[in-house]
Amino acid sequence: MPDSSTVQPQFASVADVRERLGGAGYLADDAIATTVFLADRLGKPLLIEGPAGVGKTELSKAVAATTSAEMIRLQCYEGLDEARALYEWNYKKQLLRIQAARADDAWEATHDDIFSEEFLLARPLLSAIRRTEPTVLLIDEVDKADVEVEGLLLEVLSDFQVTIPELGTIAASRRPFVVLTSNASRELSEALKRRCLYLHLDYPTAEREKAIVLSRVPEVPEKLAEQIVRTVRALRAMELKKAPSIAETIDWATTLLALGIDTLDEESAVATLGVVLKHVSDQVRAIGELKLS
Amino acid sequence: MTTGGVARATARGGLLDRELVFIAALRRAGLAVSSAETVDATRALGSIDLLDRESLRAALAAATCKRPTHRRTFDSLFDLYFPRRMGAAAAPDDNDEDGDGAADLDAFREQLLQALRDGDEDAIRRIARAAVEQAMRGDTPPGMQAWLGHRLMRDVNPEALIPQLLRDLLGNGEHSDFEERVARQTINERLRQLAEEVTAEIRRRLAEERGLGAVERSTVKPLIDQVDFLRASRDDLAELRRQVYPLARRLASRLTSRKKVDEQGRLDFRRTVRASLATGGVPLQTVHKPRKPHKPELVVLCDVSGSVSAFALFTLMLVSALREQFSKVRAFAFIDTCDEITRFFTPDTDLTGAMGRVVREADLVWFDGHSDYGHSFKVFEERFADAITPKTSLLILGDGRNNYRANGGDELRRLAGRARHAYWLNPEPKYEWGHGDSATRAYEELVDDMVECRNIHQLTEFITRLLPV
Repeated sequence: MPDSSTVQPQFASVADVRERLGGAGYLADDAIATTVFLADRLGKPLLIEGPAGVGKTELSKAVAATTSAEMIRLQCYEGLDEARALYEWNYKKQLLRIQAARADDAWEATHDDIFSEEFLLARPLLSAIRRTEPTVLLIDEVDKADVEVEGLLLEVLSDFQVTIPELGTIAASRRPFVVLTSNASRELSEALKRRCLYLHLDYPTAEREKAIVLSRVPEVPEKLAEQIVRTVRALRAMELKKAPSIAETIDWATTLLALGIDTLDEESAVATLGVVLKHVSDQVRAIGELKLS
Repeated sequence: MTTGGVARATARGGLLDRELVFIAALRRAGLAVSSAETVDATRALGSIDLLDRESLRAALAAATCKRPTHRRTFDSLFDLYFPRRMGAAAAPDDNDEDGDGAADLDAFREQLLQALRDGDEDAIRRIARAAVEQAMRGDTPPGMQAWLGHRLMRDVNPEALIPQLLRDLLGNGEHSDFEERVARQTINERLRQLAEEVTAEIRRRLAEERGLGAVERSTVKPLIDQVDFLRASRDDLAELRRQVYPLARRLASRLTSRKKVDEQGRLDFRRTVRASLATGGVPLQTVHKPRKPHKPELVVLCDVSGSVSAFALFTLMLVSALREQFSKVRAFAFIDTCDEITRFFTPDTDLTGAMGRVVREADLVWFDGHSDYGHSFKVFEERFADAITPKTSLLILGDGRNNYRANGGDELRRLAGRARHAYWLNPEPKYEWGHGDSATRAYEELVDDMVECRNIHQLTEFITRLLPV
């Protein structure tokens, strides 16, 4: 059972979450706002899954910005290990310390000395736990890391503590707001999922996507934004290899704006399709289905 | 309890009971909700505004539904156990359509038209409810309610509104095909929402009349990873495709990897000594030469005959996904003779087109178009024997139903013997193996492993079992 004394909620209500995220430029829907609120209130890590480019990382950045917390990021990749994620002893410095010791120094003293804070290199997980200021810990693309890393995360995420054999157990004095993201390229372990609140981020509704485009690219005329969103949704309905994400919708709006195009017609759509569809076969297919050509 | 939402009418104790019953229903439907997650859900309910139904849904989902594939089941159960309100849809205290306004079909369609045109989701929902309310007002004989949805949608006939909607969305001026296509998509999406709302509302009303249990059994669809490949509907197949891609990647890497990636090669003596200079000549860290990356080689041999056509569709999905991930994948298809189909699945072709070309262009039929494993294996060995080397993993997909023909066991034994591994995925239930014209039993002992693979769940299990050798 988590120790509630270290949990210091940042948000007053679901509406508060929505408003403050909105202030940070992130338009949250009901599900997002509620889940963020609960993660904050219950002090549980938040696991966000969903296709690439729907704003998983953006969400944690927005939470950090709106709670004036520092964001610590652990980018996962194949081969990530304890030394890169948690902590590492500074071998070189330890060695220098031993060589610099005078002959009459007792080994005991030296031994205690070289395994102290001074020689510890804190990696993201440990730094996040030791901080006393508000912190957002983003563990990005967990699915890219090896299964062993999940085991490592279990201790950190369930008890918010790290055990270093030479120093003892370091517990969080202030629990960080933890966000894990995954593109679901592999199934995460049940144990990890059990410890997290889960949020599946998918492509937004037409209404919300339009609002996102308008807030990110304020110069774009509303009519054009609507056309873009509708077209992107038509594209997503096709069987494409890589459906366009929100990021690509925004890019498309920016591109059309930069080219001085104010209505999306056949010609301009074909000319700029590369912004939203990144596979040749997808483009061919879209042109075929929307009878562009 | 005829009016007022569940949350409004029940005390906290009642809500807890409701939540537990709901979680029990989730478990019955196949979602593994642990006790810890139940506790989380309860704590979550304690922190949010219970009058906000979408918040309630999000809170329960966050704590109990942790796979996107389970979400469909979760939502239909949530709608059953936490309905928007009980009793008649037109509760007076609601901002609902005014009472009997919908009685007049024309006026009703006018409202519907407007809601669809504006894409106003709340209005669409209100209208769907009012329509169901209207339709159920008459004396529907028990057991006939299931027809209501069909009848209602037929009477309202929203498709008839499409031309009008198109005109409204596109405006009167000139418009291109492109704009029309996009507009059509938009309209279809809204019509789909209408149909879904109607179904949900009918289900809710039925649940009230007959009790939750009866409706739960009939409305909750099986989880997508339990859907039988041979009985998958079109919707299921679209969903399956999304599931297959990550699996194909895992399958290919399991079949082809020799060592774990992070295992290191031989000691690099020179670089170890160099590195030790920084630590006063003490080699604290050894440096190793990187291993040569192992080139994956995979040969997929799949039955695409009529008896397994649904499975074949899945098989081709898998092949196409594998082709995208790995260059050294060769795919062969057979019905009663065998041909290479690798060329149809270059990384940039789309799947539907490729499937069409396999059927049209590949040379798969020799005699009568019924499965003939014996002849297919023979042809494979004659024409493509060089595809299989000691580094190859051979993956065969098929039901082994051979129409009582020669089973080609000798050829398969030679092929499997030459390959590093040979696995067979069979879409038939295990108890049917070896019955009738199934030559499964003969093949079973010739390959390393033959596994029943009827749904995504079993495929995942098979992949998990394949440890990197």
